[in-house]
Amino acid sequence: MAENSKSAEATVLNAKILKKLKGAFQAFDTKSDNTVDIKEIGTIFYSLGFFPTQADLQKFTSEVEDERSGYIHWDRFLPAMTKVLLEDKFPPIADELLLQAFEVLDIEKRGYLKPEELTNYMTKEGEPFTQEEMDEMLTAFTDEEKKHIYYKDVIPHLTLERKM
Amino acid sequence: MGCGVTKSNHLHKHTTSSGRAIRAAILIQRWYRQYVARTEMRRRYTWHIFQSIEYSGEQAQIKLYNFLGYLMDNFTPSSNERNLISHIFRENEVCRDAEWERYFCYKNIEVPEIYSGPHLTFPLTVEEAVGLVEAFRNKKQLHSRYVLQLLLETWKLLRMLPNINRISTCHSKEITICGDLHGQLEDLLLIFYKNGMPSLEKPYVFNGDFVDRGRDSIEILLILFAFLLVYPSDVYLNRGNHEDHIVNLRYGFTKEVLNKYKMHGKRILKLLQKIFSWLPLATVIDQKVLVLHGGISDSTDLGVLARVDRHIYISALRPPKKRHHSLAGISIDSDTDVDTAAISRVFQRRASFTYPKPLGTRDCFQNRSLQDFSDRIRVNMENQLELSRREEPILNAQINKPEQESLILSTDSVSSDTAVDEWKQILDLLWSDPMTQDGCIPNEVRGGGCYWGPDVTEDFLNRHNLQLIIRSHECKQEGYEFCHNRKVLTLFSASNYYDVGSNRGAYVKLGPDLVPYLIQYQASSMTRELTVRQSVGRTERSALRVLREQLFAHKSDLLCAFRKFDSENTGLVSLNDWASAVESVMHLDLPWRMLRSQLVTCKNSEGTIDYYGWFNELAITGSKTDHIDQSLLETLYRHRSTLETIFRIVDTDNSGFISMQDFRQTWKLLSVYLKMEITDEAISDLAITIDSNHDGSIDIDEFMEAFRLTDKKSRLERGRSMFMGTTSDLTKLEGDPNI
Repeated sequence: MAENSKSAEATVLNAKILKKLKGAFQAFDTKSDNTVDIKEIGTIFYSLGFFPTQADLQKFTSEVEDERSGYIHWDRFLPAMTKVLLEDKFPPIADELLLQAFEVLDIEKRGYLKPEELTNYMTKEGEPFTQEEMDEMLTAFTDEEKKHIYYKDVIPHLTLERKM
Repeated sequence: MGCGVTKSNHLHKHTTSSGRAIRAAILIQRWYRQYVARTEMRRRYTWHIFQSIEYSGEQAQIKLYNFLGYLMDNFTPSSNERNLISHIFRENEVCRDAEWERYFCYKNIEVPEIYSGPHLTFPLTVEEAVGLVEAFRNKKQLHSRYVLQLLLETWKLLRMLPNINRISTCHSKEITICGDLHGQLEDLLLIFYKNGMPSLEKPYVFNGDFVDRGRDSIEILLILFAFLLVYPSDVYLNRGNHEDHIVNLRYGFTKEVLNKYKMHGKRILKLLQKIFSWLPLATVIDQKVLVLHGGISDSTDLGVLARVDRHIYISALRPPKKRHHSLAGISIDSDTDVDTAAISRVFQRRASFTYPKPLGTRDCFQNRSLQDFSDRIRVNMENQLELSRREEPILNAQINKPEQESLILSTDSVSSDTAVDEWKQILDLLWSDPMTQDGCIPNEVRGGGCYWGPDVTEDFLNRHNLQLIIRSHECKQEGYEFCHNRKVLTLFSASNYYDVGSNRGAYVKLGPDLVPYLIQYQASSMTRELTVRQSVGRTERSALRVLREQLFAHKSDLLCAFRKFDSENTGLVSLNDWASAVESVMHLDLPWRMLRSQLVTCKNSEGTIDYYGWFNELAITGSKTDHIDQSLLETLYRHRSTLETIFRIVDTDNSGFISMQDFRQTWKLLSVYLKMEITDEAISDLAITIDSNHDGSIDIDEFMEAFRLTDKKSRLERGRSMFMGTTSDLTKLEGDPNI
């Protein structure tokens, strides 16, 4: 009995999710032939509300890539994504954690970070930013006058409503 | 989610502080990348919205022109009455140049003492050309006397140029190539600032679309022509699809000139018509790189293009007409201002019209039409003809004439085939777009030219021994884009084209190695330069506003579609059904479910949408328009661009006013074109709304203003401060579902 309800639940979940996946996929299907460029996989994941690391993305990509073309066809994308969803591989990160993360980096608890400090963390630790990503982030988040990053102001921006 | 909590504990429990820092950094990185990805999604559909609407506008313009052309071909105006629209079809070949010189004579135009703009002397000097740029930078306007003089000199020069300019990068010269400018003077000034002005050491090629949409089209033309005159071997201009008076009617250039030059604007426009037709079609660099505005098709042949009489194609939208003096006694191409009958005659059922002039048999029209909507019009026109036939028995005799006259025409058919082929070559050159798939198909989105594939590029380059095609015509976010294995380069030089921050502009430098070196820029009057990602928010809001307007304009069709999903008449549809219905009507291929939150605010908690409520949100408001029938307003709104175009065509003296009678004729014209019923009463209502001083004339601009769409949401957004520096405000807007 329990098994039945579980699979029924799974089916219902799939119908809704399917529409979401299809929508995200189609947004990048520029040739209208049911394929997307491999390079867009990250964007698709993120836009669906998942938080894979770069390593996760690489792993996913290598499993589904069609070697010849550099594109993924919907027919391979869908089962792989379904697996990702069912196994909850890249769970979303709670919003509150973001604030805590910034506070960890703000050692002196000033309420802001200096651009050099943020740059240091973002480009040297974890999965480092490219120069372009760093420049962009700084331009976007540095306060004009004080030249600091007031992360409390920045956070609402990063945590906008994600649903489709 | 259980995982979230675990991670949180993990953060705090970790003993090494650097370990914590690393985890924190990773978290922030992932969040940021996610934010960027979401922004990318938004950017894509924003782009798509603007582009679809832009192209469908072009398509609408072509359809309108075809429709008017069909009228012209099939119903001869009788003498004694003013022809509403024939003047836009007049090809001006009959008069000799001497007569033209008289018409364009500037000598009687005096420049008053108080004029503070630049003075020009001819032959033009470099200092004067540079001075012109400075003057325009300082917002001066060139006096019409100098405008006409400059244009005349330009016309003389252009007539001597070949269809295809052939230039070389000898003497280690780098050639600079610019794409579409579309009246955006700031971009041209920025290019000159970064790259230097044209000179003997600095040759330039400008690849068409200098005018329309931007505010300073005439200034751009004057600058380009001035440098052309001063450095004729170092400045090259290619014609674009917007160097076309028909397109200019819709996209703003005509309006701009008439506003800036109230007295002589009409003459200036006429002279520009000739100049546009004399613009060269393409440029070849070092016999290896082809620069042209739109693109190619599988039938493009540079040999043919080099031989055509390019100046007979005043507008690329219509093949040049053969003159048939024999037929009517009055040549339709005559450029005299002799009174000719109003097309309006067609619609006045009681009046007769003179014999129809069958310049085109059905087949001929098919060849010439760019869209196959001729069926619709044919049926419509035949009905009209039938009706009039019944009412006027005299006509029958005359209608039999066509048989004989068509015989005369058939002998022209051989030469007209060549003419059609030549015309297609030019059309393809100016209007085509590249596609990713192989092959060559008609460009139905724009209504002219083709979509051509990488195989066509390959074949074309081989046949002509070329290595690269540089074209423009399409806006690209980075200002440029390679395709077809880097054999085709699209170059677009109008930054912020759709809206502030929508895209960069770019220009290309080509040295003797013929390797394209690209420079990007973005004209911005803001103090802080927005990254393209940041400005998505602002562009997106614009796009959404435009989209809402489009949705409202299709209200009736949408209601129909919704009702199909709502068999029980609850007034509610599910989110999925809403999205399907909207796509089935709008055909814009957008992710409607994603856009839903931006377009509809009255969503119920069960996830259904109250569609009547939604339309109320979008409704046109305004005291002036309350008494007007909503469906008429909707139609009017949907076709407002076409309506405005027709108004401007009808306004033959370009005064900005049309008489009440012409106003009614316009509506009749539109009602036939749209195949819809507009009652006389409805027209009167409209007229009364607008003619507030009751003097019997309608102010075109005022009319268009009165019917501008407003909706609550966009008003709210207009009141907000900009994206820059107000991140918290923005959050509030997007987080609050009730706004």
